[in-house]
Amino acid sequence: MDQGRIMDALKAASDWLTSILEAPSSKAVLFGVPIGGHLFLEGLLFVVIVFLLSQKSYKPPKRPLTEKEIDELCNDWAPESLIPPITDEMKHEPPILEGIAGQHAIVNGKEVVNFTSANYLGLLGHEKLLDSCTKAVEKYGVGSCGPRGFYGTIDVHLDCEARIAKFLGTPDSILYSYGLSTMFSAIPAFCKKGDVIVVDEGVHWGIQNGLQLSRSTIIYFKHNDMQSLRNTLEKVTQDNKRAKKLRRYIVVEAVYQNSGQIAPLDEIIKLKEKYLFRMLLDESNSLGVLGKSGRGLTEYYKVPVEKIDIITADMGRALATEGGFCTGSNRVIEHQRLSSSGYVFSASLPPYLASAAITAFDILEENPDIIAKLKDNVAFLYKGLEDVKGLQILSDPESPIVFLKLKKSTGSSKSDLQILEDIADKALKEDAVFVVTSKRSTLDKCKLPVGIKLYVSSAHSEHDLTKACESLKRIAALVFTQDD
Amino acid sequence: MITIPYITALTTYFSYGLLFAFGQFRDFFRKIFDWCRASNLEGYAPICLGLEDFYIRRLYLRIQDCFGRPISSPPDAWFDVVERVSYDCNKTLKRTSNTTRCLNLGSYNYLGFAAADEYCTPRVIETLKKFSSGTCSARVEGGSTSIHTEMEECVADFVGKPAALIFGMGYVTNSAILPVLIGKGGLIISDSLNHNSIVNGARGSGASIRVFQHNTPSHLENVLREQIALGQPRTHRPWKKIIVVVEGIYSMEGELCKLPEIVAICKKYRAYVYLDEAHSIGAVGKTGRGVCELLGVDTSDIDVMMGTFTKSFGSCGGYIAGSKELIQYLKYTCPAHLYATSLSPPAAQQIISSIKVILGEDGSNRGAQKLARIRENSNFFRSELQKMGFEVLGDNDSPVMPIMLYNPAKIPAFSRECLKQNVAVVTVAFPATPLLLARARICISASHTREDLIKALEVIGNVGDLVGIKYFPAEPKKHELEEGRAKQE
Repeated sequence: MDQGRIMDALKAASDWLTSILEAPSSKAVLFGVPIGGHLFLEGLLFVVIVFLLSQKSYKPPKRPLTEKEIDELCNDWAPESLIPPITDEMKHEPPILEGIAGQHAIVNGKEVVNFTSANYLGLLGHEKLLDSCTKAVEKYGVGSCGPRGFYGTIDVHLDCEARIAKFLGTPDSILYSYGLSTMFSAIPAFCKKGDVIVVDEGVHWGIQNGLQLSRSTIIYFKHNDMQSLRNTLEKVTQDNKRAKKLRRYIVVEAVYQNSGQIAPLDEIIKLKEKYLFRMLLDESNSLGVLGKSGRGLTEYYKVPVEKIDIITADMGRALATEGGFCTGSNRVIEHQRLSSSGYVFSASLPPYLASAAITAFDILEENPDIIAKLKDNVAFLYKGLEDVKGLQILSDPESPIVFLKLKKSTGSSKSDLQILEDIADKALKEDAVFVVTSKRSTLDKCKLPVGIKLYVSSAHSEHDLTKACESLKRIAALVFTQDD
Repeated sequence: MITIPYITALTTYFSYGLLFAFGQFRDFFRKIFDWCRASNLEGYAPICLGLEDFYIRRLYLRIQDCFGRPISSPPDAWFDVVERVSYDCNKTLKRTSNTTRCLNLGSYNYLGFAAADEYCTPRVIETLKKFSSGTCSARVEGGSTSIHTEMEECVADFVGKPAALIFGMGYVTNSAILPVLIGKGGLIISDSLNHNSIVNGARGSGASIRVFQHNTPSHLENVLREQIALGQPRTHRPWKKIIVVVEGIYSMEGELCKLPEIVAICKKYRAYVYLDEAHSIGAVGKTGRGVCELLGVDTSDIDVMMGTFTKSFGSCGGYIAGSKELIQYLKYTCPAHLYATSLSPPAAQQIISSIKVILGEDGSNRGAQKLARIRENSNFFRSELQKMGFEVLGDNDSPVMPIMLYNPAKIPAFSRECLKQNVAVVTVAFPATPLLLARARICISASHTREDLIKALEVIGNVGDLVGIKYFPAEPKKHELEEGRAKQE
């Protein structure tokens, strides 16, 4: 009952309101049509809409930080320390050599057999090399005191560039003042943002750094796995419709510093030609080593050197000097002379090191038998290390770097490295055999297993090699029984 | 700040415009010719894209002969410049067997250690015989010899830091250290005119990069305040750490870093200071210890000190000096220490010996004489150039003095005319400087005699008149002034 009464009262009230509102326009006629009071309401609504539209949308008021607030923030800010706290593993100090880092070296006053120096051809301390260096130091002084563009070009640099090109049979070459800077300067000179680079996951840090600086699209394929390379190339060319218009490169190392494996150049060339990629090859560890006359991977696989667009190499290995070079067509080299940062913005190679490189090529061409000797030594050491307990050879039978990894990894590369380091330490202390483990920088993205590296030299005698094999076998047998 | 005269700016723009238009015109026809001849590399994108090497093909090649002039002697006060000829309009240059003896105003031979030295050279050769030319091995493997450790102690002592680490190349020192010190979440605040190696190191580190106006401490403070307040972009988390990177002497400006102010600001905001002393170490300061000594900054306020040995010491390589912990950490993880072949031992010996000479440990006062001479030479040469009306950049005491050229045509003109009169100067243009601000750069050495400098001033004065680069009115010479006064009386 009550409800009905309330409803009636409400109805009465609304009727009354309507009649009041409609009162002024209830009799209004527009163009002969009588219109009700709703016109008034609609008019009001229209006014409201216009009013709302004319208002700015709501924004929270902007209040820039006051000077005082900035001061407070600056006071509150607590930076991290420049470097993380030093742990025990960071305190490792390498052995100090007293004299030439040749096949035999003196460490802590004791003569050791040295397997840590990439002195593949035994040229360190070679009489002819020292002779040419001495002459160059007397004539030119030590440093060049300027970048190549600004009177840092000395005639030996030009001679050295010509000598490299002549040795490898390429049109031209360009000298860099440091091996490491060669790749990280050459790659960004040719690869820019948007370009595609397909690269082996095992490449060394110099290349990784170059890739990062180039800002190109980088795609890794499995280490030395041709099936993976094929799939990657297929995928890149299929997925990317624009791929035809981009510069595309394959980057590989001839002999991988991180594993000692040799890149199968013949297959890579086939793939490269099929998918129309250009190729960058790092010959640091193969120059002077692979091929009958030491011309590197191209000679080893009998591939014409013109098929590789850009070849780089570190001269601080087989050539026993320092610096690096890049070689290729005239266009490739000339472009680097103004676009390659490590060439333009760095002082040039000390002239005596350039003259040492020239002499090293001369020695190499005069005595091709040292390459044969190196090959024998590599084969000998490889055979001798095949059945070391707990260790397994990862490297190629012809690679001058013999790389031993753990047969059974402990699961973390840190503890793996610790085991290997113990072996290396013992070999040095107990048997005077100087070998090293593959330490990696925290910046290095390479995920390959760590291992013990032995750099073989043609100057090692059979006795040296036997000594190394026996030492490693003995120590490994000790270490790995303890573990079991 | 360089203020370029209005007319000069216009003519410079006009010159570049003309060169650009001509280049494009030639490129247009080149394209037609290339199109007629079927391209032999079908399917490959060109290895150098059109505009990427436009500058090289159409601008640089025209004046190629002014750069990369080969020499056939040590880069001492006087050197032999090898003559080159071109049979294809400067596209390629052929070496001839002729050489000209020229006064060297281009090499960074600040202390005159470039040529054979009575103290250093015998020791270098001795080291060469004992250690050979290289080690073929990285420092952590088998490449650390007693000469390297001796040198590290020597360098740490010289620059005034507890420890030092040496590398085989100056460029690599910068570009491989910065990524170790800082990474994602960190901020690098870099001077706008820092060297390319710092730029590349910063890029390779993955840290954010902000730039402050060249050598302007107030702007650095603004940037620091703003960045600390804002934090990282998007996430607005506070920065992990901030490193401010400056150089001691800016090689293209000849300016000394305003180090005391910058250090004070960094201290206030707890940013780390990274000082690159590539050009200043050995060259300035009372005992050659670089800008810290010259400007009275305590080396303990600089967190990371970097420098190179290519300049004052006449060798190669670079160093990082800092706290013992910093060096320990770098030894553990710096890729240039882990992977790169170690510094060539004879080069290391050259550095040890030259530091000994500088400090007078060789038993003579040649080092002190060299340091006095380079300061005298630099200040004399700079003031004389300014008197002649050249626009010379840089500060007193700095052995680097750029002379502004501006117009592109004046670059080869100045260089070639000087060479004709047996003075070898360096001219610098884009990309090493901004497009408008081409300059000639003079590097003074302690091995220059007063006669050498007077000859150089004469030649540069004449060429300056010829080329028209005396942008300021010349100061009247002393005797003219006196004559004027006499007349008035």
